[in-house]
Amino acid sequence: MEGSEAIAEAAIAAGCRFFAGYPMTPFTEVLEHFAEKLPAVGGVCVNAESELEAVGMAWGALATGARAATGSTGQGLSLMQESFSEITLAELPLVAFNMARGQGDYFQSTRGGGHGDYRHIVLAPMDIREAADLTQLAFHLADSWRTPVLVQGDYLLAHTAEAVDVAPLQFGALPPKDWAVDGSGGGTGRSAVISPLGIGKHNTPGPGIEGQQQAIAEKMSRIAAGEARVESGFLEGAEHVVVAFGTSAKFVRYAVRRLRDEGVAVGYVRPITLWPFPADAVAEAASGARSVLVFELNAGQMVDDVRLAVLGAAPVRSIGGISTDHSGFGVGPLLDVEVIAGRIRAAVTEEEVPA
Amino acid sequence: MTVGDEPVRHQVGEKTPHLLQTGEHDLCPGCGEPVAIRILLETLAELGLTTSTIGVVGIGCYTAFARTLDVDLVQALHGRAPSVATGVKRMQPDKAVFTLQGDGDMVNEGLQEVLHTAARGENITCVLLNNGVFGETGGHMTATSVLGQRTKTSLEGRDAGYHGYPIVIGDLLARLEGAAYVARGSVQSAGAVARTKRMMRRALETQLAGEGFSMIEVLTMCPTGWFVPTASGPSYMEETLGQVHVMGELKGGA
Repeated sequence: MEGSEAIAEAAIAAGCRFFAGYPMTPFTEVLEHFAEKLPAVGGVCVNAESELEAVGMAWGALATGARAATGSTGQGLSLMQESFSEITLAELPLVAFNMARGQGDYFQSTRGGGHGDYRHIVLAPMDIREAADLTQLAFHLADSWRTPVLVQGDYLLAHTAEAVDVAPLQFGALPPKDWAVDGSGGGTGRSAVISPLGIGKHNTPGPGIEGQQQAIAEKMSRIAAGEARVESGFLEGAEHVVVAFGTSAKFVRYAVRRLRDEGVAVGYVRPITLWPFPADAVAEAASGARSVLVFELNAGQMVDDVRLAVLGAAPVRSIGGISTDHSGFGVGPLLDVEVIAGRIRAAVTEEEVPA
Repeated sequence: MTVGDEPVRHQVGEKTPHLLQTGEHDLCPGCGEPVAIRILLETLAELGLTTSTIGVVGIGCYTAFARTLDVDLVQALHGRAPSVATGVKRMQPDKAVFTLQGDGDMVNEGLQEVLHTAARGENITCVLLNNGVFGETGGHMTATSVLGQRTKTSLEGRDAGYHGYPIVIGDLLARLEGAAYVARGSVQSAGAVARTKRMMRRALETQLAGEGFSMIEVLTMCPTGWFVPTASGPSYMEETLGQVHVMGELKGGA
């Protein structure tokens, strides 16, 4: 099935019962599949009147304890950032899908994106099989940490089809959602408020704004220490290491395998979580390497995190770039195994990188 | 109190509503918002909704009540309460769901939200506390400030040519097919309070009957934000805001 459908199927398999979104290429089909599938399982999908409203609706559904999600492209997610920031402070387990145009949303996804001190857990599947699994993991992590999780896809992931079977995955027990509101607290003296402001109630005071922000910052530190996920290959004897994420990484993997067959001593590291960034794995791969190459379909964003991980132990070079089709939405000529292999080959022989 | 009862003219302010965790609040003397919130709380209790209500609170002076109302609440961003309430209601369709917003929240920042929510016929009740001024920031012009009204951003009075015209939100919402009940009350006198309470009851009954979107606008005094003496608040409101945002049932009334 198409990646968009696999994502919707996986979300529903994970118990998602509310989705709201606003059509935008290449995210649109995700919304279409939720609209088709959610009513059949007793859920609701709202074709929201804007991205601001879509994320607000998901916020309300989450507050009742339901599993809920929204999504868009990076452009639409830009509109949602105020809510993302405050939902993080309100500790609601939002899942959001970014079917991005290219990979230019890395900064947006990994730097928090909105105001304040926070990050999102960001899962970056490289193909539809992994997207189906990581979508389900996203709901688990969101509930486990009570924090938003982004699933970072792209045009290729959303619009290509693979033979994929989606079955519910088990990730272990979760704490009860005793924080959710169902209206039954009224008049008991123990009613609740779900708020980003840390106010609590008169009878059950919260930590206040400063205390709430400090608690979130502390939680972010724990996530950073424990949730990094990474895949790597051909690192044994690798003199050069290529770092790539998402669908690009699948192309990089093929290119690296081909270069190995040619006798080029190159390996790869693929961050599965863009935040927390798997800095330890990247640093370890770089420790004996002559150079670290970063392939991403943008002007150079993840390369910052790679440099922070490598800390000067090896030179770090960008070998990716901006590349789209004529519409600006789709796949450009740079996403090609031959082209990527050529750029890696040129970099390791210290030639000029071909255009 | 039932709809048919005579207004209880002499008991306003003499008892603390049931659905409060404390009667204390830190709003200004002469503020109309606590009176409007009392009307909401009393009506919820009288309709038997005490343990089946979820409120969504916007950002304004009234946000301070999120801490003291003994009702399950969700705190929304400025302007976004109708969307949040939509998500709440769609997941909890058997609960009474209301928003509590000011004019800056609903008519400035969140105008699109409330219009679409009404057009969708979303089965919730939006409560607007309309004082024609950003009270919390210290007296700035909102979309409902009336012509001639002096604020910190319309120092010589709101001028149509320079600042534009006020939006009469209740009348606008009443034109939408999805809106089942729209009314505008006010709290400058005991009689107005009693009449507004009947409107509040009808708005919530509209929701309970599943008839669609309901909205009750309540004109509230803000002598601090209007730069008038506290005791002049009620008369100032009648002579200014009350002349443009006229009290009455605008749609679905008896």
